[in-house]
Amino acid sequence: MTQHAAPSVGNAVQKSASSGGAASPQRMGTNIDWKPLALVPALALFVVPFIGSGSTWLTLTVAGLAMGMIIFIIASGLTLVFGLMDVLNFGHGVFIALGAYVAASVLGLMGDWTASGSMLVNLMAVLPAMVVAMAVAAAVGLAFERFIVRPVYGQHLKQILITMGGMIIGEELIKVIWGAQQVPLPLPEAMRGTLLLGEAAIGKYRVVAVVVGLVVFGALAWTLNRTKIGLLIRAGVQDREMVEALGYRIRQLFIGVFVVGSALAGLGGVMWGLFQQNLVPQMGAQVNVLIFIVIIIGGLGSTGGALIGALLVGLMVNYTGFLIPKAALFSNIALMVAVLLWRPQGVYPVANR
Amino acid sequence: MNPLNRLLSNDLPRSRVLTVLLSGLLVALAFAPFIFHGVKALDVAAKVLVFIVLVASFDLLLGFTGIVSFAHTMFFGIGAYGIAIATTRMGANWGALAVGLLASLGLSLVLSLAVGLFSLRVRAIFFAMITLAVASAFQTLASQLSDLTGGEDGLTFKLPPMLSSSFEFSPEPFFGVMLDGKLLCYYLLFFTALILFLALLRIVNSPFGRVLQAIRENEFRAEAIGYRVVVYRTTSSILSALFACMAGAMLALWLRYNGPDTSLSFEIMMDVLLIVVIGGMGTMYGAAIGAALFLVAQSYLQDLLKVGSEVAGSVPWLGWLAALLSPDRWLLWLGVLFVLSVYYFPTGVVGRLRAGATEGVGAKRRNHE
Repeated sequence: MTQHAAPSVGNAVQKSASSGGAASPQRMGTNIDWKPLALVPALALFVVPFIGSGSTWLTLTVAGLAMGMIIFIIASGLTLVFGLMDVLNFGHGVFIALGAYVAASVLGLMGDWTASGSMLVNLMAVLPAMVVAMAVAAAVGLAFERFIVRPVYGQHLKQILITMGGMIIGEELIKVIWGAQQVPLPLPEAMRGTLLLGEAAIGKYRVVAVVVGLVVFGALAWTLNRTKIGLLIRAGVQDREMVEALGYRIRQLFIGVFVVGSALAGLGGVMWGLFQQNLVPQMGAQVNVLIFIVIIIGGLGSTGGALIGALLVGLMVNYTGFLIPKAALFSNIALMVAVLLWRPQGVYPVANR
Repeated sequence: MNPLNRLLSNDLPRSRVLTVLLSGLLVALAFAPFIFHGVKALDVAAKVLVFIVLVASFDLLLGFTGIVSFAHTMFFGIGAYGIAIATTRMGANWGALAVGLLASLGLSLVLSLAVGLFSLRVRAIFFAMITLAVASAFQTLASQLSDLTGGEDGLTFKLPPMLSSSFEFSPEPFFGVMLDGKLLCYYLLFFTALILFLALLRIVNSPFGRVLQAIRENEFRAEAIGYRVVVYRTTSSILSALFACMAGAMLALWLRYNGPDTSLSFEIMMDVLLIVVIGGMGTMYGAAIGAALFLVAQSYLQDLLKVGSEVAGSVPWLGWLAALLSPDRWLLWLGVLFVLSVYYFPTGVVGRLRAGATEGVGAKRRNHE
């Protein structure tokens, strides 16, 4: 569960060494910085007395974790792109919106399957929607990298401006294709409703979201830690020039990561769209704010940090939504401020910046 | 030093074409009520004045300090809400205006100081993301606090009678224009904009502005020379917030209305970005030229798109083109224009004109030798 922290391993080793070496250094590369990991349960336990009822707490916590998982899927693409390529893509939200809209179209075509009461048949409908959404987002990502991002590698100011421009264009094109009004994206039949676990009501879709999120996280963690590509990506995050000097084509790695990041955003868009059940063209810009908070908390480029950030944000939104609804949006900013006051570079700072 | 030079802080347009354009703009704005008749034209002129101040203050941040803020409209909105809330609560008098302006300036100061100190300490890129988050939270807050801000509907308010169109200085029209409060309000805006613009020009051409440019070019070196980068960046972001706040107050004075969409929306932020890039980052004059071009084009482009859409719509197999050219999609074309201008026109209209002028001078010198 914790090996994903590898991109920041150099720093983490140093940190946990200074904090007395909490984990055993013998277990291959798993010598991780445990403090940020403890944040998620700590936050969950901290709010127990405020909420009072145990079943409400469980409902909120599961809902928060599910939301966090969805946010993680969206943010993972951005954090990879930022970590490896040092590209801050303000247009990431467009891929999210695109994924959601494509899913709405695909699911609209498969009305018979989504209306079925069987979870299996529903999944058979959602799965192709996810695949198509990812493929479309990946293809658009390829074009986006070529025409929008490539000319401005290494220039932050221009990157921000130009990806913002790309975002406007993408949003307007979505309005041209799907219209400017709201598009409904209803949940398939079997994913509606709740499961009762004792007193706690747990939305069925939340369970699906947690499963999908875990699969994505597992796949990412495995790729990053157990494959050669992952090794190269982690090396690239730490020192891009060195990887290039060793003879690897970092440019192609860049393109690959950007495309995968866009596809993940497309997948996240499907999940987010089903979560909201209503699509507006501006949804990309709205989610952007959330995922920026997540990757800032995570340390701008660390996958593990992004997971922690996403879970924290998901929990925080649900808890404050229940306790003090008006403060829901500010709670994220307060959370970010608190984390940054503790670790100004995010929970798992990426070494070379 | 001659007085004009002094007034412009020794930062002359440095291009003949630019000088002509700027003087043309100045004359047009100064005599707008007399040159352009009709309510709409005067509205556009007033909006140009507001945007010149807003965009110039953003240029201080983006063009001169090299940091991107997405919270600029937040300060713009604070200024506008300051006037709106004070006049609704305290009645239409000058005291309310002063209280509203001072309170909003104070709030802008505190907020920009907090955001700046907090996020400029680490990396400039944090600033862009954090300001985006703060601005969107503020926008939600403004529409939620409906007791104070009027929520989504916004606030409509009255100004002191001297500034309203029912107040007449003389019963006789002067050169065909009624000398009423509306005219006074326009000139109040005009001179405020002029003074604020010259003040910004003074700031960027001061030793302080020079340090800001040094930070933009190489932060590390500036720090090494001994300038506290955080302090300079934060000061720059505070100054820019205060000027944006005053631009907001100007907007509220002119419209007698303020709501989330008029002053806080993300669209305005995008407009400001577009104007500053198209006009020319880091030039100040770019803000003036850009604002005028943009606001005129905003209506003109929509008309043009309408014609294009109708033409394309009349051909059956060009339906998709008609959808692309629909006047509602004008932001799409502005987005394309924006991306293209960041690539091919990074210095904007003003930068291009100045580069052309120096090339011309260089060529002349070479011919003499």
